[in-house]
Amino acid sequence: MSSRLARLAVIATVAGAFSGLFGVGGGTIIVPLLILWLGYEEREATGTSLAAIVGIAALGAAAHGAYGNVHVEEALLIALPGAAGVVAGTALQQRIPERAVSGVFSVVLVASAVALVL
Amino acid sequence: MEAAELAGLIGVGLAAGLAGGLIGVGGGVLFVPGLVLFLSLGQLDAQATSLLAVVLVGAVGAWRQAGYGNLRLRDGIVIGVLSPLGVLAGTATANVVSERSLALSFAAVQLFFAYRLARRAIEDKGKADAPSGVANG
Repeated sequence: MSSRLARLAVIATVAGAFSGLFGVGGGTIIVPLLILWLGYEEREATGTSLAAIVGIAALGAAAHGAYGNVHVEEALLIALPGAAGVVAGTALQQRIPERAVSGVFSVVLVASAVALVL
Repeated sequence: MEAAELAGLIGVGLAAGLAGGLIGVGGGVLFVPGLVLFLSLGQLDAQATSLLAVVLVGAVGAWRQAGYGNLRLRDGIVIGVLSPLGVLAGTATANVVSERSLALSFAAVQLFFAYRLARRAIEDKGKADAPSGVANG
């Protein structure tokens, strides 16, 4: 296994553990590790994180779906404005400096850490 | 559904998507309380339903970022496909370590990442003008 593949496997494992244990997406783990450990620039890290999250969330939704916990109509009601928001968010991201994304992410991480401890 | 609830749902969905697109997260952290508050779902059903919403929002976001040249699809797929290993590892760990210790450990990891990213944002400001999508791995 190449060291690069090994690093991706570690990121996947930590993100999966975080997601499974605390019920939130792995994005707060994936983006920093892609930037700090694999040398990604901010925009690439966030774009690649979104693709990875699709896989993680799809597996989780399928597992929950088997127990009848997924409400498809309700998911669409919140996902449709969510899709409009993500189109705007990615467009906005192309217009700000890459390092500003790191700055915003840093604030989000502190908030997430505080929420975990409280 | 009341108009106020629909407006709340749209507001939360937009905010979650906007934040998700900006920093590359799925938005579940906002979807879950939104579904509980405005559609009266229970916590477990809200988390499960949120995951389906994250699939859609993540897919649209990844598609947009691909258009901007900011997607390394192969790496994204590798992380997505291998993540169940983490779910298993996390569940196994939860049986031997208290949830409180796990939460504190993850919080510490997040604070460390926050420190490193903040330093990067402050120190490398001048390097931030590279066009998007330039591969450097």
